[in-house]
Amino acid sequence: MTTASAGAHEAHEHTHYTTTGLDNKKIAIWAFIGSECMLFGSLISTYLVYKGKSVVGPFPHDAWTSPAGQLFKPILNIPVTSASTFVLLMSSLFMVLALAAVENKGKPGYEGWQGSSKVWLAATALAGAVFLGFQAYEFTSFVHEGLTIRTNLFGTSFFTLTGFHGTHVAVGVLWLLSLLFIDIKRGLGPRDTINVDICALYWHFVDVVWIAIFTLVYLIK
Amino acid sequence: MATPATTAAHAPGASEDTGLWSWLTTVDHKKIGILYLYTALFYLMVGGLEAALIRTQLAKPNLSVVSAETYNQLFTMHGTTMVFLVVMPLSAAFFNYLIPLQIGARDVAFPRLNAFSYWVYALGGLFITLPIFFGVAPNGGWFGYAPLSGPTYGSGFNMDFWVLGLQILGISSLAAAFNFITTIINLRAPGMTLMRMPMFTWMSFVVQFLVILAFPVITAALFFLQFDRFFGTNFYVVQAGGDPLLWQHLFWVFGHPEVYILILPAFGLVSEVLPTNSRKPLFGYNVMAYSGMMIGFLGFGVWAHHMFAVGLGPVADSIFSLSTMLIGLPTGVKIFNWIATMYGGSLRFPASMKFAIGLIAMFTIGGISGVMHSSPPSDLQQTDTYFVVAHFHYVLYGGAMMGIFSGIYHYFPKITGRLMNERLGTWHFWLNFIGLNLTFFPMHFSGMLGMPRRIYTYDAGQGWELFNLMSTGGTYLLIVAGLVFAYNFFVSRAKGAVAGSDPWGAPTLEWSIPSPPPDYNFAQIPEVTSRYPLWDLKTPDRTAGLEHSHGDAGAIAAAHAVPVHEETERRTAKELGIPMPVNTIKPFMVALGIIVMFSGLIVLHAGKFPLAMATMLGGGAFMVASLYAWLTSPLE
Repeated sequence: MTTASAGAHEAHEHTHYTTTGLDNKKIAIWAFIGSECMLFGSLISTYLVYKGKSVVGPFPHDAWTSPAGQLFKPILNIPVTSASTFVLLMSSLFMVLALAAVENKGKPGYEGWQGSSKVWLAATALAGAVFLGFQAYEFTSFVHEGLTIRTNLFGTSFFTLTGFHGTHVAVGVLWLLSLLFIDIKRGLGPRDTINVDICALYWHFVDVVWIAIFTLVYLIK
Repeated sequence: MATPATTAAHAPGASEDTGLWSWLTTVDHKKIGILYLYTALFYLMVGGLEAALIRTQLAKPNLSVVSAETYNQLFTMHGTTMVFLVVMPLSAAFFNYLIPLQIGARDVAFPRLNAFSYWVYALGGLFITLPIFFGVAPNGGWFGYAPLSGPTYGSGFNMDFWVLGLQILGISSLAAAFNFITTIINLRAPGMTLMRMPMFTWMSFVVQFLVILAFPVITAALFFLQFDRFFGTNFYVVQAGGDPLLWQHLFWVFGHPEVYILILPAFGLVSEVLPTNSRKPLFGYNVMAYSGMMIGFLGFGVWAHHMFAVGLGPVADSIFSLSTMLIGLPTGVKIFNWIATMYGGSLRFPASMKFAIGLIAMFTIGGISGVMHSSPPSDLQQTDTYFVVAHFHYVLYGGAMMGIFSGIYHYFPKITGRLMNERLGTWHFWLNFIGLNLTFFPMHFSGMLGMPRRIYTYDAGQGWELFNLMSTGGTYLLIVAGLVFAYNFFVSRAKGAVAGSDPWGAPTLEWSIPSPPPDYNFAQIPEVTSRYPLWDLKTPDRTAGLEHSHGDAGAIAAAHAVPVHEETERRTAKELGIPMPVNTIKPFMVALGIIVMFSGLIVLHAGKFPLAMATMLGGGAFMVASLYAWLTSPLE
């Protein structure tokens, strides 16, 4: 835990005894993720329970003609969302590289931009922001096509589920940018590993949730 | 330094600074525990007054002490207050005060997060309670069934306060649970293995897992309701294809684990009181721990027994009926283990012991009527009648509250340094015991005679008059009992006999340090070799037959651990060179920001859009700014 580079304050902080030898933050973030599983579990279950129960369209996978004779295409745009999913999955890879760069700062193999935590933190945050951009585009186009959160049960449960996920991504982006800011200001090193590690765990969790949402909402008809 | 006799309340080592600012900024788990205790006792008074008004209205047929609308607000707020503002926070008071002391730690894992939990609770409690003074208190029941709680049938501000208030209180419970899980897993003293933890810590541990897994479910359900109310979504709107049963399922998936969140801490407390006053180790410690886990686990599989009347079909009814009967087993195991703990012991009956035995008896009555409800045909006769009211008051008042009173009498000397008056404690117990049975036992009969719950009045001639009058009389007796308790509490706090570090001859670590404990708790972190370290020290014959370890903690790289000993010397943290977290106002500010942010939605409902946005964005910005200030400032 303690390294030669650790300042007096941090060195002192690390002499705190813990039963497991793990940092408190690591245990807390896992408890938090367990709790979040139940939140997303409830949101996803609600979406699935209400699947196909909408009284009026537009529908996710089927066309719909309104009583007024207007035709609505199936509303989900799977190719576009596949692209944003790919970007989000890549962000997890960037996150792994960022954590490795922080953990191994100054070690051989971590020179140049490939070993720079700033580059990979920025890349992760950027990928998250791009994902959010895709989501903003998706939401806006749905509204233009006539689906709002009030239109039907699909709109209600879809916007709530994906909106909650998007909010989690946004919080993650803010967290990553905060770490990037500290990295630029004073440089993150091995003694900061735990702080980047818990952010990474959160980020991967949010990513995994999206895999579930993408499969259950978009891919399965 | 003066003698202990004159310094019990302001001993060196305990914080000298007791001004208002010190309470607003404290991050000491003991002071936060005391804040929880006082706040929850205040709300106990509020909830008790609500109950008194309810019972006065029902004393005789066709009274009009309060209007039907007020009555709706009273029973809703009575339930909400007692569950979320009284029993849970009283448990939290003990979690805060005792867990670090029982496991040999100097504080919780995240002291500032702990302060944050308290302030969110305190401010959230005001948020949900104050509307009653303006006649807009929540009025849709503590279970908030949709669509009654939705925008169509609950169009006033009333249920806004309920939805948002519960959301706020959930934040508090969740933050505290992450904190305590981390504390129990990671801050145990060397040698304090999981199977050596005091039973209160064990039950608290189980409860924290229930909180982190059950609260997100109601969070989701409340968000749906919130969106229905504020943004016009269709979650519980039948015309749009929505299903109000979704609310019932989500609510009870939370709600049933919630009842174990309420009762398990009380079980933990009496599991400390009974062995101490029987002067005998807890009977079947392992089974007690496992049955606590079993209760927690099964608690997630019984929720639909609250919904038998819905008509879920024979398969679902049978499954939930069986799982409900099954959960009676680990609970019964606990009852028998407590009795076996007393069997053959050298019994002593201070007030704490009376309340503990009271819990065993009263909870058994409530447990048995609970098993009656597990049978759907029987439940269909009882559902929505006063029989159910009798059942859950026996488990929650006769169980949870009796256990908490037991804990207060037992731990008051540790917290204040002074003993409570035993004679008044005995009066309190008997008034309470008679009062609770007089209040709740007749409800079994009025319920069986068909008296529905939640009605604000009833006609004469249905055979309910006598039972209702008895219940009302019992309630007044409970108020007298409460006054005796309050008098005892405050007088003993000022003038009670000085307790010393271990007045009960108890076996666990919290009794090895002075009362009240110094800021840093343990001058030297103890190395634990058995479940009952203080009995090993003082009465070794009592624990001779139990498993011990000797010197195995060498493998644990603990810097300053020493064998368990009684600490009598009081020095300040500075003298001992123990780093202490510094007080900070930031957790309070973050909590305030959250409350302001949520209040914005009330303004939105009032139709003042620009003001609502300003409130929400202002509160949000204040919260985020305070949070950054908090996270970027060092702890110590």
